[in-house]
Amino acid sequence: MLLTDKNFIMKNEVKIQEVNPILDSRRSFLKLSGLTMVTAGLVLAGCSDNDNDDMQDNSLPGIKNGIFDLGSGDFGVLTYAYALEQLEADFYTKVVNSSNFNTTFNDTEREVLTDLYHHEVVHRDFFKAALTLALPDPGTQLLPSLAFNYGSLNFNSRNEVLATAKALEDTGVAAYNGAGKLIKSADYLLLAGKIVSVEARHASAIRSLINPNSKDFAGDDIVSASTGLDAASNPSKILPIAGGFITTKFTAKYLP
Amino acid sequence: MNILKFIESFTDDNTMRSTSSRRDSFSQFGNIGKNLAFASIPFGLSALASKAMAKDITATPATPIGALQFALTLEYLENEFYAMALDHGVIPASENGGRDLKVFQQIADHEADHVKFLIAGLGGTASANFVPKPTFDFTVGGAFDPFNDYPTFLALAQAFEDTGVRAYKGQAANLITTPDLLTAALQIHSVEARHASEVRRLRGLKGWISNAERGAGMPPATQAVYDGEGVTIQAGFNTAAAFGAAAGSEAYDEPLTTQQVVDIANIFIV
Repeated sequence: MLLTDKNFIMKNEVKIQEVNPILDSRRSFLKLSGLTMVTAGLVLAGCSDNDNDDMQDNSLPGIKNGIFDLGSGDFGVLTYAYALEQLEADFYTKVVNSSNFNTTFNDTEREVLTDLYHHEVVHRDFFKAALTLALPDPGTQLLPSLAFNYGSLNFNSRNEVLATAKALEDTGVAAYNGAGKLIKSADYLLLAGKIVSVEARHASAIRSLINPNSKDFAGDDIVSASTGLDAASNPSKILPIAGGFITTKFTAKYLP
Repeated sequence: MNILKFIESFTDDNTMRSTSSRRDSFSQFGNIGKNLAFASIPFGLSALASKAMAKDITATPATPIGALQFALTLEYLENEFYAMALDHGVIPASENGGRDLKVFQQIADHEADHVKFLIAGLGGTASANFVPKPTFDFTVGGAFDPFNDYPTFLALAQAFEDTGVRAYKGQAANLITTPDLLTAALQIHSVEARHASEVRRLRGLKGWISNAERGAGMPPATQAVYDGEGVTIQAGFNTAAAFGAAAGSEAYDEPLTTQQVVDIANIFIV
């Protein structure tokens, strides 16, 4: 199954009881996180006005109409990144644990794929920790661990694994590049910047493994030959691609 | 000034004489280059007099325009470096079955595109915001011979690309009020990272930076490009906990401040 497939398999709906966040606990969590949250300020302003529930609902991730929504603003973008990192981490975990990993891939390929497994698991666990600290009520607002289904993808096929890795890494780069402008906090923008360049280093490495004697590491198919710019895409374009592997249903109604 | 330490550390670098298999393939080029480099040191030192009068660049303001001007100067540097290398034919056409030449032609194309893009972004060459190209000396007064010695060229290419990644990252906050410019800068930033990853592989390294290591064969003077890359605490989270410090630090690239990048760039500006 290729990432470009448009068939969404969304089976496991997440069932979490929605709980109204408590103002005091939110403040203490924000203090704990040590990070400035511009959107959190907006949320707090919204909370002081009981008539304005929409702003609170849209900004914070959580169950809305029975389905987990990623929310908007910085929390929404971080939760979106957490979803993508969960996918990447899960994929490489399966790759390095596949029964024929040692025979399917040569030494160089195993080194690269093992490094990517490490990096993506670290990214995933980082977002989980950061969101748990920053969200007012992580018990209801933290995106759950997602479930994945790779369809017919053969984890013992070098070509299939590398092609999927390439799609995932290129998609990750485009996702972070597109999400940067949605981030209001300079601290979170920098953190996203620290991660996206590593995703780009990954994409380059996987592309080199697939076609070493070429310019594919930054090929014209992904970097514009006229501007020299990499891809940048909004969540609404990324999620249908990544969603091909994600079976846990969630929505991103408040992200562009 | 930086240049003294720079020349000294480069010429003292034992790793230049490393005999790894990767280097063996360059031994012929390497020896010629090394001899040239060492022979030219006195000229390099004598060139210090003129370096004292150098038109060093200064830190750009922490504004969107300042960030673009800063980026343009860096792109001028990379663009001229690769264009000169291709002109001089320092990249062996046969290296890795032609891979290296393909790689650097692509990188050169991108850097030329970035220069054009950033000049347009600043309003064109007639704009008050336009900054002209500085005069570069990639030999650093004769201490280097990157256009005749391929390993030296490769080492500088790695340093420039890894610097570029950190430099753009450091400017992101200056662009937070201008979403379109921020997006464009991010789109260049990730291309620099793709470049850096590939150049590092051509040098026999991993595509990512472990701890604060500049990597085998890199002149000690390039350490400024890697200092501070070994961070393993991100927003309070210990990235070394799961798989160790190397993996944890590799997973995150760190920014350089405007001044840190200016100091690196000024080594090559006369």
